[in-house]
Amino acid sequence: MRDPLNKVIKEIKPSGIRKFFDIVQEMKDVISLGVGEPDFDTPWHIREEGIYSLEKGRTHYTSNAGLVALKNEIANYLERRCNITYDPASEIMVTIGGSEAIDVALRAMADPGDEILIPTPSYVSYLPCTQLIGAVPVTIDLKEENEFRLTPEELLEKITDKTKILILPFPNNPTGAVMRREDLEKIAKVIIEKDLFVISDEIYSELTYGGVSHVSIASLPGMKERTVTINGFSKAYAMTGWRLGYACAPAVILKQMIKIHQFAIMCAPTTSQYAAVEALKNGDSDVDEMREVYDQRRKYLIAAFRRMGIECFEPMGAFYVFPNIKKFGMTSDDFAMKLLEEERVAVIPGTAFGDCGEGFLRISYAYSIENLKAAMERIERFVKRHQ
Amino acid sequence: MELRNAILKNLDKNSKISVSDLADMLGSSADEIAAEIRAMEEENVICGYPTLIDWDKTNIEKVTALIEVKVQPKRGVGFEDVAERIYKFDEVEYVYLMSADYDLMVIVEGKTMREVATFVSSKLAPMESVLSTATHFVLKKYKEHGLALVEDKKDERELILP
Repeated sequence: MRDPLNKVIKEIKPSGIRKFFDIVQEMKDVISLGVGEPDFDTPWHIREEGIYSLEKGRTHYTSNAGLVALKNEIANYLERRCNITYDPASEIMVTIGGSEAIDVALRAMADPGDEILIPTPSYVSYLPCTQLIGAVPVTIDLKEENEFRLTPEELLEKITDKTKILILPFPNNPTGAVMRREDLEKIAKVIIEKDLFVISDEIYSELTYGGVSHVSIASLPGMKERTVTINGFSKAYAMTGWRLGYACAPAVILKQMIKIHQFAIMCAPTTSQYAAVEALKNGDSDVDEMREVYDQRRKYLIAAFRRMGIECFEPMGAFYVFPNIKKFGMTSDDFAMKLLEEERVAVIPGTAFGDCGEGFLRISYAYSIENLKAAMERIERFVKRHQ
Repeated sequence: MELRNAILKNLDKNSKISVSDLADMLGSSADEIAAEIRAMEEENVICGYPTLIDWDKTNIEKVTALIEVKVQPKRGVGFEDVAERIYKFDEVEYVYLMSADYDLMVIVEGKTMREVATFVSSKLAPMESVLSTATHFVLKKYKEHGLALVEDKKDERELILP
C-alpha cells in the first residue's frame, strides 16, 4: 500500500505533554495543576442565553463571518477595552476559538518559505500551524531576566529578508508575562521599519493583575494595518467548551481569512455566538470577579514558592506561574515526572512550550485555594527531600 | 478599606480560612490581617461565624417557616419596637423590614410544624401591634448563602491541557 500520509504532518512532533497525560490518567489521588482552562463554569446568565437560543430554534448556520449582533458587540468591546476601532462589517470574523484564528491568519498571510517569528516559551500551536503551511518557524528565546518579555534586540537579531510575521503571544501562556506599552512601542518601531506583520494572540487580555493592563499592539500608531488581533471568550468568560473566538484585521487580510474559514469551517457554532453576545453585553462584572479570585491565587502561589526558596518572577497575566527549578539539578521533564511519581502532583515541564522552557515549570492556578494549598504542601515536601 | 473588603469577601465564602492563607492571597502580613479581623469584630462588622449545614442530611428534625407579618407601627419608635419584641424569641432566625404588601418577614425554625404553629398562634399573632400573619412552610432548600445544597460538583476538566 502507498503511504497514506502527508509528509509534513509526519514530521511534526506530538505535543510534549501527551505522555504526562497518559500517566496521570492511570493514577489515583493526583492533584493536577496542569490545566490551561478556567475552573469556573460559564456564568449562568450566559449559559441561559445559549439555552434560550436553542429553545427559539436558532439552530442554523450563521453567516460565515458570524452574527452581525456579535460582531457589533465585539467592535464595541474592543473600542471600550483595547482602544482600537474595527469595522464589524469588514474587519471582524468569529472563529472556533482563538486556535482557529491563529491557523487561518497564518494560512492567509504566509507563503511557503516565509519565516514566522515565534517567541518561546509559548502556546503549543504556533509552531505546527506554521510548519503545516510550509512556512519556516523561527523561535526567539525569551529570557527570565526580562520577565519573559520580548525585547527589540531579540527581535532584530532573528529578522532576515525572509521574515514576514511576528507572533505576539501576550499575556503569555505559560510564563504569565505581559508586555507593557513601552515594550510594545519598541517592537512596533521594528515591525514598521522592517515592513513586517503581527499576529497578536490576546486570548488572556482580560487577565492581568496588580494594576498592569493589557495593551493591544494594534492600538499603536501605524500598527492596525499590520496586525491581526486574536481574542476570544474561553479565558475571560470561562467559555472554553463553547469554542468561540474572533480575529480582527484590515479588510484586505480578513477577506482572505474568511475565505479559508468559509471552506474549512463554514461558521462558528450558532448557540455559542448567541451566548457570546450576552457575555459581551452583561459579562463585565463576571470577569472582574474572576480576575479578583485569580489574583489572590496568584499571590498565594508566589508567596508559597518564595517561602520554599524557589525563585519565581512575578507573572502579571494569564493564570500561570513559571517557577525556576534549575537549582535542583534536574531537567524540567525529570522534575515534573518525579513530582508526579513521588507526590502525585501534576505540573507541566516548561519544555512543553519550547526548548527555552528548560529549567522551568508551568503551574496553573485555575484551581481553588484549597486545591492549591494541598498541592503546595506536597511540593514543599518534595522540595525538602531533593534540596 | 480595599483590604477589609477583600478579607470580608473571602470570609463570607469560607469563615475557616486561615489568617496566613489570607495574608498570602492578599499580599499582606498575617499580623495585619489578624488586626483587621479583630477590629472588624469589635466594630460589629463581623458579627459571627456560623456554619452552613444541610440539616436534611442529619437526623435532627427541623422545619423552617417564612411568616409575613403586618403590624401597626408605633409613634416615635416605628417598627423597631415590635421588631425587637419578635426577634428576641429564640425560635426566630431572621427578621426583615419589608417593602410592599406586608411589614415584617419573620423566619422561624422549629422541630416540627406543630411547634412553629404554636409559636405563631400563641406568641406572634396575639402581640398587640401585630395585625395579621401568613405562615409559609419551606418544603425543600435548594440554595443557601450563595451555595447550591443539591449539587455534587466535580471537576470535569481534562487533567492536563496546554
